[in-house]
Amino acid sequence: MGIVFGVASVIAMLAIGEGASYEAQQQIKNLGSQNIILTSEKPTNTKTAGEQERSLVLEYGITYRDLDQIRATIPGVEIAVPGRRIKDFLWHQSLSVDATLLGTVPWYPEMRNRRLLKGRFFTQIEMKGRDPVCVINEELARKLFPLSSPVGKEIRLQRNYFRVVGIIETKASGADSDQLGGKGDATVKKPSGDESELPMEAMIPLSTLIDRFGEVLFKYRSGSFEAEKVDFHEVTIKIGDADQVVPAAEAIRHILKRNHEDVDYKMTVPLELLRRAERTKQIFNIVLGSIAAISLLVGGIGIMNIMLATVTERTREIGIRRAMGAKQRDIVMQFLIETILLSGAGGLIGVVVGMAVPLIIERFANMMTITQIWAPTLAFSISVLTGVIFGIYPAIRAAGMNPVDALRHE
Amino acid sequence: MSSLSPNRRPIIELRDVEKHYQMGSILVKALRGISLTVFEGDYISILGPSGCGKSTLLNILGCLDQPTIGDYLLEGKDVSELADDDLSKVRGKRLGFIFQSYNLIQQLSVVENIEVPLYYQGMPEAESHARAAHLADQVGLGDRLDHRPTELSGGQQQRVAIARALANDPAVILADEATGNLDSKSGGDILKIFDDLNTEGKTLIMITHDEEMAERTPRVIRLKDGEVGFDTMGEDGKAPPARKTEAAK
Ligand SMILES: Nc1ncnc2c1ncn2[C@@H]1O[C@H](COP(=O)(O)OP(=O)(O)OP(=O)(O)O)[C@@H](O)[C@H]1O
Ligand SMILES: [Mg+2]
Repeated sequence: MGIVFGVASVIAMLAIGEGASYEAQQQIKNLGSQNIILTSEKPTNTKTAGEQERSLVLEYGITYRDLDQIRATIPGVEIAVPGRRIKDFLWHQSLSVDATLLGTVPWYPEMRNRRLLKGRFFTQIEMKGRDPVCVINEELARKLFPLSSPVGKEIRLQRNYFRVVGIIETKASGADSDQLGGKGDATVKKPSGDESELPMEAMIPLSTLIDRFGEVLFKYRSGSFEAEKVDFHEVTIKIGDADQVVPAAEAIRHILKRNHEDVDYKMTVPLELLRRAERTKQIFNIVLGSIAAISLLVGGIGIMNIMLATVTERTREIGIRRAMGAKQRDIVMQFLIETILLSGAGGLIGVVVGMAVPLIIERFANMMTITQIWAPTLAFSISVLTGVIFGIYPAIRAAGMNPVDALRHE
Repeated sequence: MSSLSPNRRPIIELRDVEKHYQMGSILVKALRGISLTVFEGDYISILGPSGCGKSTLLNILGCLDQPTIGDYLLEGKDVSELADDDLSKVRGKRLGFIFQSYNLIQQLSVVENIEVPLYYQGMPEAESHARAAHLADQVGLGDRLDHRPTELSGGQQQRVAIARALANDPAVILADEATGNLDSKSGGDILKIFDDLNTEGKTLIMITHDEEMAERTPRVIRLKDGEVGFDTMGEDGKAPPARKTEAAK
């Protein structure tokens, strides 16, 4: 029956929508809602040029100058986490993995809401001392150290050795995957295939990275040397006041636009993403709402038809009851109650189905769903209301009949 | 009981009642000026050819329908212009119906059918159940309380209908060809119950096609083309019973 479908879809869709938006919010929260994340990108339109002048150093991305200006002009900029990345093979003994070496600052985990699983992050002192220490993420640890505990061991990149001091949780950071999944793919030299799923990362002090690898990065990839100079691959800016995030983002966008001719950077504002996610959810809900409304309407009309048929079938009974002293009101009530029971039963089945569907989806589609108590309550009330609305016409029609005609029926 | 003494209390008074039906462009006058007084304890047969307006008259007497023209006083109260809800109330409280086709509610049991009028009077369930069971017993169906109408014979169903008509202790019982669907044996049983009810003082009005049945009732009203052709009581209530069959010819 339409009512069953209507109610079930209301509940299931609300649960899926709620789950999806919760997931999105969670993801965005991981990036930090007060953060603005800038990432450098190889500009698209210099690709051909780069091919011709292979020997030249390719310069792009966020620069020291950008950061200085941002720090100077934007009020409330709390901390900035600069980061520089090198994509290369990391070694431990005979095992090697294509991974990302990220040069960053000691407060990176705190800024990006990342938990340390083992050991510790590197310290301010190690940063100052340009110590060869590193923190690797869980995924990398699993690949490079399948049997032993990595803490205290050393990993190698090219000719540099780093001592592992801690393991940090793996997180597909939204900003990065966004960048790689999008137009970045075409330009990034060699996007490692599994990067989009679970990134392998090792983090070292930024100072160490600059010290060891210099400002210009050389890579030997796909049979050719590439050199590029990027000041920062990734910068996280924290805005103290949550209300100021959006205006600050606007200002930063402005500064970057002025400083960069090509679009060789990308800005991610989690708060804006959050807003967008909320809007998406809103649209989603409107669409689902209309679907539910239509199915309830169809169900309601179905109920009305059933009731009209019932009324015709039971015209004589109505006549008898009227002859026995039933008022019009009594007849209306009788048929209305019957309709409500009918639609209520449909609604109940719908509630059961609607609550089961998200569970099934959760199990088989690996998607998060959240069923709140108000969703089934709302859907059930709507089904009963549908019963009332569509039951009232047949009921009134039944009651309005002349008793003599009703008795003579058939 | 069959005394024709005119100083009994009148229950029903019809004054120049007409009933018109509009059939497209034709106006059908089913009743053309009926004046009639029914006294408490009356036992009346209404006779007449098909289409003469017997059922129409009984429906008006039963407050199922209202006269187009004329007044109807039921127990001294004018019911010809009552609102629908008040008509329902009058039907439920003061009138009992027995139909040719029994008109029991199929999905209800015997006892529940008898309870229907009580239910609309708002009688508590336990009380109405007890009363219905008692009435079923009176019409000889005390052992069939939980049966469905389809499990009963026509005569038994009509007895359930009689019990139902008696449930609210009505002022008048109206029967439209109550034995029309029954064989002579069970029809006789029904008429026996009617006789007994009248003996106990109930007022009964029944429509019949059967002259023999009309013989049993002290008063006979013959309708012809929507008018009273003959009434054994006459206007003064003194018409001699002996003349009633002759007048039919
Ligand atoms: N609802 C109605 N609409 C139009 N005409 C009607 C209606 N009810 C009754 N009539 C007409 O009124 C007249 C009297 O009908 P009524 O049913 O009272 O006859 P009756 O004496 O009971 O006949 P029968 O013995 O066949 O039952 C008939 O001519 C009938 O066609
Ligand atoms: Mg008739």
